[in-house]
Amino acid sequence: MLNNFFSILLVPEICLSIFCIANLLYGLFLKKNSFRKTSNFAIIILLFVSILIFVGFKTDLAFFDLFFKSSNFIRFFKILVCLGAASVLIISKNYFIDLKISKFEIPTLILFATLGMLIMIGANNLMIMYLSIELQSLSLYVLASINKNSIYSAESGVKYFILGALSSGILLYGFSLVYGFTGTTSFEEIKIVLSQQTDLSLGIIFGLVFILVGLAFKISAVPFHMWTPDIYEGAPTSVTAFFAIVPKISAVALIFRLCLEPFENFSNEWSQIIFFLSISSMFLGSIAAIAQSSLKRLLAYSSIGHIGYVLIALVANNDQSIKSASIYMFIYMIMNISIFAILLSLKKSNMYLEKISDLVGISKSNPITSLCLAIIMFSMAGLPPFIGFFGKFYIFIAAIESELYFLSIMGVLASVIAAYYYLRIIKVMYFDVSEKNESFDFVISFHSKILLLVLILIITFFIIYPSLLINYTSILRIT
Amino acid sequence: MLITLEHYLFLASIIFTIGILGIFLNKKNLIIILMSIELILLSVNINFIAFSSFLNEISGQIFAMLTLTVAAAEAAIGLAILVVFFRNLGSIEVNKINKLKG
Repeated sequence: MLNNFFSILLVPEICLSIFCIANLLYGLFLKKNSFRKTSNFAIIILLFVSILIFVGFKTDLAFFDLFFKSSNFIRFFKILVCLGAASVLIISKNYFIDLKISKFEIPTLILFATLGMLIMIGANNLMIMYLSIELQSLSLYVLASINKNSIYSAESGVKYFILGALSSGILLYGFSLVYGFTGTTSFEEIKIVLSQQTDLSLGIIFGLVFILVGLAFKISAVPFHMWTPDIYEGAPTSVTAFFAIVPKISAVALIFRLCLEPFENFSNEWSQIIFFLSISSMFLGSIAAIAQSSLKRLLAYSSIGHIGYVLIALVANNDQSIKSASIYMFIYMIMNISIFAILLSLKKSNMYLEKISDLVGISKSNPITSLCLAIIMFSMAGLPPFIGFFGKFYIFIAAIESELYFLSIMGVLASVIAAYYYLRIIKVMYFDVSEKNESFDFVISFHSKILLLVLILIITFFIIYPSLLINYTSILRIT
Repeated sequence: MLITLEHYLFLASIIFTIGILGIFLNKKNLIIILMSIELILLSVNINFIAFSSFLNEISGQIFAMLTLTVAAAEAAIGLAILVVFFRNLGSIEVNKINKLKG
């Protein structure tokens, strides 16, 4: 009995939820420096939980009356989410203190959002899935408007709230239709009911479309992307870093699980929708970013484009697709953390960088920083020695194995267009000459410097020993 | 006249559409958008309850209760964000949400 009790405490989600509340109380009782202390505490919690996920349950199981599930695919994405959230906390600490919005609510909200995402990835029932999506979104709405003295932050909060609530409404309507036409909310039972039908009834097709639209909002796939650039620009940069990295990982995991578990037998129906989402995201992500002058908007469009590539793997739907999507999301996380680590510590005349043109002259004053930025940009564009190449490489292998030649050609074309704006940043840094001689400050804390160094080394030297990641991801299975 | 499942579904879809249109066509006030979001969630509840009752299956009603709870939390957070917005701008007109574009 007692043994059983302690083993339940070791379920990562339960452990994290206890720590969330502990962190909230810890922040309330601290007189000063509450942000710094709770933030450190939150980082330790997240690392602990990710270790717990890694070692805790080696076997695949479903528990709490089949409400949750655990498989190595789910565990891999949960670890990514925890590590992503911890790194965002590490790199953004100085920025929050500098902006004077260092409230202890921020680490707590990030922890609650992470808890929502962990439950969301492991959800095995429509109810749990909806509740966890809401737990995640409600925390993110507040995070977007956390800088309450800034009109931009408030506006991005309002926009995110309205569109997020709309998308979860649409998602919920889809859930109600799927429930009504299958008579159950459990993923397993939905799959059993659907496998007895030769073609889908109209109600289930409608439900599937509504659910996919709701999820496309969450991963910001085109045509449901319009909130992304505004919110990325308006929110404080550290919150943008969180938005760009962590919710994307969890939503991609969710859309993979939903398509490949309950709706597995009807891949003809959903793959058309995903096909369209994928092509339009890749092209809009690369073409619309060309016209941007703001760095954060550029990163928003770049993340839309990256989502398009991940969806190629879902359309391919073969034994390579899980592997390639896991590799891609891992690489996406690494590249985004490192670029935001630089953006969050680079200042020009005491202002954080906003525009691409602000980068003029950085190669003279901060050669190492600009070299790091250049490496990340080459990697994002997908040039061979760097890590970004491998993400796209495995995605296209998956697509070609399923004979999706049109989609892979479109993907390559879009990535060529995207290379233009990544390389433009390098051009601005190295070849543009500024009239004024402004100085750059690179103020970075010790921990984020170590993190950035490690990530840059991974990005550059991944090619020497790629098989560690490749072998680990090739054994991932969704069920 | 016998009220069948289709009547309920039709009612729910009408309310759902009113909610969606309320978000997109409204030019005046952010509060109306919050009300439209509530309408969407309530129309889903009608769906759930109707299905649950006609299928003789309980989980739809549980889902409806959970949705109600989440709707309340969502309204609270929405109003809080609205207050932050109002303090900065002094107005909650939808037309004035236009600082961020590009």
